[in-house]
Amino acid sequence: MNTSVVNTARMLWAALRMLLVLTVVTGVVYPLVVTGIGQAAFHDKANGSMVEVDGKGVGSKLIGQSWNLPGSTDRPDPKWFQGRPSNSGYDPLATGSGQLGASDPTLVKDVKAARNQVAEFNGVPASEVPADAVTGSASAIDPDISPEYADIQVKRVAEANALPVPQVQKLVADHTSGRTFGFLDQPRVNVLELNIALKELADN
Amino acid sequence: MGPVLADVLLVTALIGALALVHRPLGDYMAAVYSSKRHLRVEKWIYRSVGANPDAEMRWPAYLRGVLAFSAVSVLFLYVLQRVQDKLPLSLGFKPITPDQAFNTAVSFVSNTNWQSYSGEAAMSHVTQTAGLAVQNFVSAAVGIAVAVALVRGFARSRTGDLGNFWTDLVRGVVRVLLPISVVAAVLLIAAGAVQNFGDIHTITTLTGDKQAISPGAVASQEAIKDLGTNGGGFFNANSAHPFENPGGFTNLLEIFLLLVIPFSLPRTFGKMVGSVKQGYAILAAMGTIWLLAVVAVTWIEFAHPGTASQIAGGSMEGKEQRFGEGPSSLFAVSTTMTSTGSVNSFHDSFQGLSGGVLLLGMMLGEIAPGGVGSGLYGMLIMAVIAVFIAGLMVGRTPEYLGKKIGTREIKLAACYILVTPALVLIGTALAMALGKGESSMTNIGAHGFSEVLYAYTSASNNNGSAFAGFAANTEYHNTMLGLCMALGRFLPMVFVLALAGSLAEQKPVPETAGTLRTEKPLFTGLLVGAIMIITGLTFFPALALGPLAEGLAT
Repeated sequence: MNTSVVNTARMLWAALRMLLVLTVVTGVVYPLVVTGIGQAAFHDKANGSMVEVDGKGVGSKLIGQSWNLPGSTDRPDPKWFQGRPSNSGYDPLATGSGQLGASDPTLVKDVKAARNQVAEFNGVPASEVPADAVTGSASAIDPDISPEYADIQVKRVAEANALPVPQVQKLVADHTSGRTFGFLDQPRVNVLELNIALKELADN
Repeated sequence: MGPVLADVLLVTALIGALALVHRPLGDYMAAVYSSKRHLRVEKWIYRSVGANPDAEMRWPAYLRGVLAFSAVSVLFLYVLQRVQDKLPLSLGFKPITPDQAFNTAVSFVSNTNWQSYSGEAAMSHVTQTAGLAVQNFVSAAVGIAVAVALVRGFARSRTGDLGNFWTDLVRGVVRVLLPISVVAAVLLIAAGAVQNFGDIHTITTLTGDKQAISPGAVASQEAIKDLGTNGGGFFNANSAHPFENPGGFTNLLEIFLLLVIPFSLPRTFGKMVGSVKQGYAILAAMGTIWLLAVVAVTWIEFAHPGTASQIAGGSMEGKEQRFGEGPSSLFAVSTTMTSTGSVNSFHDSFQGLSGGVLLLGMMLGEIAPGGVGSGLYGMLIMAVIAVFIAGLMVGRTPEYLGKKIGTREIKLAACYILVTPALVLIGTALAMALGKGESSMTNIGAHGFSEVLYAYTSASNNNGSAFAGFAANTEYHNTMLGLCMALGRFLPMVFVLALAGSLAEQKPVPETAGTLRTEKPLFTGLLVGAIMIITGLTFFPALALGPLAEGLAT
């Protein structure tokens, strides 16, 4: 009995020391080395790919934002391109989607409402509204929309900013990314970068 | 190029990369676990721990090492979460509650990485890097160690010795997981994943809104989270978060990391038992099941039969625009079938039948290709069952790799395959009977039941992914799922190591004309069939109440 207690204690003591040593190796040295390499070689990316306008950070290229009327949390501002529906109002401290099943009655209702709202807001028939415009993203901070969703917003955005439609159309085309190497990524438009370019265009 | 063609190319590129890497990596791992030499850093580790790296262990000693190390790890991680507010770099987060801290500690030590917390809103820098990320390494290394011990059981004879647990653990971390993780982490940063120890900082957007940008040592954790088939995301949105998985390249890299060790270990196994063909027969069974599931889920997601998806015009709910249906399906199948559980899209919002396939993938026992190590030993247990069934059919004492599968061996294998189904079904039934399942559902009807079934399946099989609508952070579920994870990880290991010990003691039986040729396609077919039938019979009634009912209703 006594020897087995002693043996168990000895085993646990060895295990604890092993854990502490491996914590130093994998929990301290490893992340610090990777951080060192990352900060030295890819400084901007390692810090969140922040985007600046007039020297001030206005967001991260990778993190979507809401584009509502000033002071509002649910009324989209017609002068901006809009992103996808978000479960958290684009709050990066509360990521994750709404988790409703593909046939869930609440989701059916939400999708129908979103489809009508997007169609009406952009003055297009509901049949032209693409799937990404009416479904919540996984992260709730999806930075991208489909080129189709950008296209149906062009006319409305151009009018609200008093810009010619072809000019805005060209802006969207310039900011549309295709598939890398032909098979990676889906075609998409980064909303923040598009809106920054739009602002420049409208301000001049 | 259309999305379907692009997806075919993506899967082809992935398989090509795995085919290219499995051989050197598999051979390398065989060399690592057979080598008599120690690296300088390893010698330093053994010295500071006071372990003799050359002492052979019989199975009870090996098991005691596994259990002692894991018990200490659970305790350490529990304490770390309870005092995180008193440590530096706390980001102002409070200590984690006792039930959630228990759940999380067991979750990471058991290589499950079920998360009832939300990373960006709960865990400090220190908890994430010195606690959770450490377990990502060591729990993976423990899994590989146990698999290697079983392989030694087949390879060795007339000895009870299975190697040294501490040596296997340290080598797994130092020689396999660390080097690959460093390279992968740097690639992830180069492609946009963040890596810093900054504070949450708030910016003012063009509309005048405020937005808080989360910091973190994300890339370093992402690399080992996928490579070690752990799955615990730095952020709540896991690999759907653009800081964890910024684009198509990182998505492919992360799927590759999920699969690379599990699909290379059969080669390691083949090398160590002296016949790589035996390894390829196992690999073929794993690959067949994985590919069938990829095709099934991708097909269903592109077809999007769900009512809401039909109205929307695509299955994009809970998916990111940069990934879309195809790459999300590939990730989903790879993560559920490797016991990883990281997600780049939310499985709860997949089509009903896709959810069923993902569930089935876990219910197979995480063997196609399964978690690092656990996939190989799980598949080898199924191989033992398959030769036993074949033996019954022809009336011969079954043998596998020159070892007799006698009463003791088959009892241990049978116990192994009973553990997780028992935990899944009893766990789900208890939750439903006590009303704890219903109160945690986000969805209603059959899909709501699927959420509960998925939670207990995921925990018991050490996967960690979720139908995330399931509200897991309650005292009941934190405790019960914690128990499921612990029993689902360590009870099977007891049977695996006992089996390894009894195999290693045997003397090899010579091969005769009547020996079942386990390196042939016929055996692979028998193995796949045995797996499907055993799992199907066990789980069909439960699946019928959940995903099948939902999928057939639309």
